[in-house]
Amino acid sequence: MVKKLDKTDVVIIGSGWAGGITAAELTKKGHKVVILERGKAKDQSDYVGTKDELRYSLRYDLMQDLNKETITSRNGLGETALPVRGNDNARLGTDTGGAGVHWNGISFRWLPYDFEIYSKTVERYGKDKIPHDMTIQDWGITYDELEPYYDQYEKTAGISGEENPIGPPRSNQYPNPPLKSTPTINLFKKACESLGYHPYHLPSANVSQTYENPDGETINGCMYCAFCEEYGCDFGAKADPMVTVLTTAEKTGNLELRNNANVTRVAHDGKRATGLVYTDTTTGDVYEQPADIVVLAGFVFTNTRLLLLSDIGKPYNPKTGKGIIGKNFTGHFTNISTYIGARGFFEDKRFNLFMGAGALGATIDDFSGDNKDHKNLDFLHGFEVHYSQLGARPIANNQVPKGTPKWGKKFKENSIHYYNRNLFITPQTGFLPNKNSYMDLDPTYKDDLGNPLLRVTCQYKEQDRKRARSGIAKCKQIMEEMGADIVDVDEVPDDANFNHKFYTDHFFGGAIMGGDPDTSAVNTYSQMWDMENLFVVGGSSFPHNSNYNPTETIGAFAYRAAEGMNRYLSQGGGLLTQEERVKKNA
Amino acid sequence: MAGDKHSKDGGTHDESRRKFIKNTGMVAGGVVGGSLLGGLFTSQLTENQDTQTKSGHKEANFQEALQFFTRRDDFNVLQAATERIFPKNDHGPGAIGLGVPYYIDKQLAGLWGINGRDYRHSPFMPQTQKEVPNPELHPEQSALNRGLIFIHGLRRMNEESQKRFNQRFDEAEEDQQIEVMQDVEHDNVKMTGIAPSDFFFLLRQATLEGAYSDPLYGGNKNMEGWKMKNFPGAQPSYANVIEQDEFVQMEPISLTDYQGN
Repeated sequence: MVKKLDKTDVVIIGSGWAGGITAAELTKKGHKVVILERGKAKDQSDYVGTKDELRYSLRYDLMQDLNKETITSRNGLGETALPVRGNDNARLGTDTGGAGVHWNGISFRWLPYDFEIYSKTVERYGKDKIPHDMTIQDWGITYDELEPYYDQYEKTAGISGEENPIGPPRSNQYPNPPLKSTPTINLFKKACESLGYHPYHLPSANVSQTYENPDGETINGCMYCAFCEEYGCDFGAKADPMVTVLTTAEKTGNLELRNNANVTRVAHDGKRATGLVYTDTTTGDVYEQPADIVVLAGFVFTNTRLLLLSDIGKPYNPKTGKGIIGKNFTGHFTNISTYIGARGFFEDKRFNLFMGAGALGATIDDFSGDNKDHKNLDFLHGFEVHYSQLGARPIANNQVPKGTPKWGKKFKENSIHYYNRNLFITPQTGFLPNKNSYMDLDPTYKDDLGNPLLRVTCQYKEQDRKRARSGIAKCKQIMEEMGADIVDVDEVPDDANFNHKFYTDHFFGGAIMGGDPDTSAVNTYSQMWDMENLFVVGGSSFPHNSNYNPTETIGAFAYRAAEGMNRYLSQGGGLLTQEERVKKNA
Repeated sequence: MAGDKHSKDGGTHDESRRKFIKNTGMVAGGVVGGSLLGGLFTSQLTENQDTQTKSGHKEANFQEALQFFTRRDDFNVLQAATERIFPKNDHGPGAIGLGVPYYIDKQLAGLWGINGRDYRHSPFMPQTQKEVPNPELHPEQSALNRGLIFIHGLRRMNEESQKRFNQRFDEAEEDQQIEVMQDVEHDNVKMTGIAPSDFFFLLRQATLEGAYSDPLYGGNKNMEGWKMKNFPGAQPSYANVIEQDEFVQMEPISLTDYQGN
């Protein structure tokens, strides 16, 4: 028995950055907003005193527990997918603030190349440069069009940064100066400079000084306490949805945030979404929340699964290449990106590696996107190479030089000796979509309510391995220049394939954007082409994955989507963009 | 400062603990008596020597009894195996001295031991051979929960020791224990329901957790694990020192102190 509730202006799934930004911008304009968040209620006081590595980094206290629902995963169309059963292999955000709470705070803008990747690749190298099974496409928007929204997000989150010497144009400087530097960051930057590269501090949402954002919310200055990644901030010094946009929305009196509300369907009549159907997980009761606008602002997997379960849009079929929902699954995967690289061991130096912050570090953009000429390279897109001083917590940091046993006397000796004597450089690589990497519903496994789980199929292509190897080689070069006594590098074997680790939290696709309804689910306002009062916001709308962390780009598109929703409500409906540029690899 | 108080207590605990370990012959092989009597004897000694605090009070240690394991024999194998993974050396205590076996017992008695946060719907596709297609998935695909994996794995190691050396695992020579453990680590023995290497992965992970997690969980006794690594625990801020070149040594702060301010 579904109980129908009173209608609201806007109903949103998820209280992370995408849902939070949308809620803030709509409530500020006087619209009534309900957020349905399936996770627990949290506020800043939940994060005081949480410097507990076991609880948060090993037992994943802030992550979605998987006992009621998970995803399944496989490498190819012929394989049986297995469920991802534990958080060791999937760190997905949940609770108030979503994945926006446990992030490191690295806040890149993506490149002009990313948004026009098909056109710019063809223009520079010709159509033959693109493999036949690579499904890259233009996003239907340019960097210049997106720039004001980037600027708006950076001001909201108080991003602390240093000008990227070879970065795309900006309308304003970062609202805060960069974080402090450390001896190891200086060492990295110096090595990069002597090799002719262009290092700069990672742009950070760990804010460098106490800051009041344009909405009047205060973010405190970072303490460099080393408990950032996987943790809520003890000091309110990391921009997250709670200290910014959710507070802003709440102050208007127009927001109702309902926790423990697990949405199972989008209610619709085929043309318009009429509301969201959810289960109150504290009682088991089922409700329908009607609204004029319905917003899916969950994680990639949530958004894609709900579209498929609700029978909205045409599911992607990898055999025919037709259909759109579930298409272009991409991500940062641990065996070809972000967790591979070069590790240097220093005999005579002892660094204060137990200090740090999530986004404390430096990077180079010399090999990002298409910054380097790919004419003589056998892959497209690139990597940013960064060193970051996260804060080496002791359970997770027992690195030893290759050849040391993994346990026993020598292991203990070396893991203690090198604890403050080893540095790691990693390439974060782009990942371009292919025809066989997509999402659909699993035929076997179900959640605790009896609904099919989402199934992820992911296959690496030769380009993905080559890009990763090229990135590792750069890491090795820089680490040697930094003067490490031992440099160990990771390898990407010829048969490296997706390892079923959903560990980086950077995953994309499923409801991709574009200018053409045949090859995109949403337009650049994240509005569904087929159902104009349904907006699908977040990483699910990205047609490919750049070599950068995604949060700031998710934030920018959320601001654009919210602007579109406000316009939609004031003009009484209609599509917010015309069908336009049709540039893709068909 | 809160950290100072603990380090003083810690020093006293540490000294008596080391004496105790020497006196009872646990130091070389990590070998502990296998009988019930041995267990009781251990507790008594621990209380007599381990609880003298700076202020002169006696505080009994009520945290070191078994919550999960029911057979003392299983726990004895666990003690010996964790000590082999993380042995006492010049840096400081090994797994037993740090309380790692009790840490693991407590973890197995809770949410982690029953895979309480994990998706546990069938069909399970346990991977008991190395050439399975998804080696990265580790123990999570087993139908056994972590508690059962530990019991099966520890008993399997003991059987192997008895078969090869006619000795219980925890009474075998150090080299013999290492030989058995290496064969488990590399799947050179057989187990049902889980690959031996996956059991070993869990055993090693849990041992390191017990050595380095906050002492509130029962391991990392007196923060000795952290002291070996110069990890200062739950410091509120490094803002004033993070830029400097010199290595900074600080007294560690436990969560008990950090949260109890």
